[in-house]
Amino acid sequence: MEKRICTIERNSPVAPGCLRMSLTAEESLLHRCGQFVEVAVPGQYLRRPISVSLSEEGRLTLLYKVVGKGTAALAALKPGDKLDLLTGLGNGFDSSACRGKALLVGGGIGVAPLLQLCRDLRAAGREVSAILGFNTAAEILLREELEALGARVTVATMDGSAGIRGLVTDALQEAGADYDQAYVCGPMPMMRALYPLLPDASEFSLEERMGCGTGLCFGCTVQTTEGPRRICHDGPVFKKTQLPW
Amino acid sequence: MVKDISVTLAGICLKNPVIPASGTFGLGYEMAEVFALDRLGAIALKGTTLEPRFGNPTPRIAECTGGLLNAVGLQNPGIDALVGDVAPKLRSLCSTPLIANISGFSVDEFGICCEKADACAAIDIVEVNVSCPNVHKGGMAFGTDPAAAAEVTRRARKATRKPLFIKLSPNVTDITAIARACEDEGADGLTLINTLLGMRIDIRRRKPVLANRTGGFSGPAVFPVAIRCVNQVAKACRIPIIGCGGVSSAEDLIEMMMAGATAVQVGSANLRDPLACPAIIDALPAVMEQLGIEKLQDIIGIV
Repeated sequence: MEKRICTIERNSPVAPGCLRMSLTAEESLLHRCGQFVEVAVPGQYLRRPISVSLSEEGRLTLLYKVVGKGTAALAALKPGDKLDLLTGLGNGFDSSACRGKALLVGGGIGVAPLLQLCRDLRAAGREVSAILGFNTAAEILLREELEALGARVTVATMDGSAGIRGLVTDALQEAGADYDQAYVCGPMPMMRALYPLLPDASEFSLEERMGCGTGLCFGCTVQTTEGPRRICHDGPVFKKTQLPW
Repeated sequence: MVKDISVTLAGICLKNPVIPASGTFGLGYEMAEVFALDRLGAIALKGTTLEPRFGNPTPRIAECTGGLLNAVGLQNPGIDALVGDVAPKLRSLCSTPLIANISGFSVDEFGICCEKADACAAIDIVEVNVSCPNVHKGGMAFGTDPAAAAEVTRRARKATRKPLFIKLSPNVTDITAIARACEDEGADGLTLINTLLGMRIDIRRRKPVLANRTGGFSGPAVFPVAIRCVNQVAKACRIPIIGCGGVSSAEDLIEMMMAGATAVQVGSANLRDPLACPAIIDALPAVMEQLGIEKLQDIIGIV
């Protein structure tokens, strides 16, 4: 955990209700992909946990959806504004656990951390395919970015306006994806539906309402096979075998 | 400008009066790599019960103007893990005094936990929490009735020779009646206040925000309530007070001490900024200089 004040370079919509924010950062602020940041938002008492989409030298990129007052206040910030954030939170995905072909599955704004994960996997020479699920074609995020990294991307939309009509589970069966290791991030119902379909080594990034994001308040606890665990501190990424679903 | 920020609390010298409050500082060692735990005056450990507890279902947290609601519900690994594992591990990481925070669902449970805490060399102070608003039967029920608070204090007093503090609830008509009942049964000090019982509703879903429906309200918004309670109890009792409730700055800490606190717990501020405690400690000498204070101990209860 590190506290930083970063300058906003860009904060603009990428899909209805979704924004991409890039921040200047001298060095990479993550130890592993799948970690998150807690940002102080004007007018709100608690910080808000936000996924990191890319962490490079010189720049940190966040992808977020406006769901309440906190994220609405975040969306109102302008380039040049300063943002107070806690960085390098949580455990992140273990990209080195993939020895063969990787499958990434993301739903909605949950696709955010898959971009850095894909980059890390490709840098290690892994073949990557991705299944991304959204409600409609207008909400699609990160497809081009993942394709540009060399990932084979399948999109599923609930209304059939793009790709396969239906859920990511439908796309998983239809696409007959070929993979050794799966990484999942999205809404809880999506992850629970995927759970029985994926191998034991699969990694799931969970979400829950958080208080502190740093392990101090025990607000975001989930039951695991190893006992109660704090999603912010012991997760957000858990192996399938840790989840008693 | 050398300022004396040490205080003596129930016979124990604290290098400064800043104590992270129970339930807002993890198990105690999460921040060990971020700042030296020895900088803290003391550490109040996570509320502990006889048996391990998962706590309440999620969501457990709700944002509010000037603070938050929590309904964690005493998630903890149990007293045996505290005395056998957590407290010794913390003791190996720092030498700052450790405060065990004990909760229970019966007078006997409080007693057994206090006996176990008493037998643990790593624990310096026992704080008995009769004010948790987030558990059903037990918890706050013991802290809203003078006779029940007295009974728990009597049992805890029998269980330990270590400095015994009782942590009080503000959700009462007359906090001084509860405070005096604890003092009469031999408590060495009082911690106040715990959270205020609150509730939020999600007006789109038309449901409570918290899975537990209600939760404890804390943060800067409760600070005036805490100051009032500490001052009332300071006038009514002779035992030392650890002031708690919405403290976010060195100025707040000084106000709390002027109200009657010997030491001060910082709670919600840690959740917003995990470096809040060291920041308050660092800011103290300059604020004391502005206010003409040489020794913090001199301002306790001057108002």
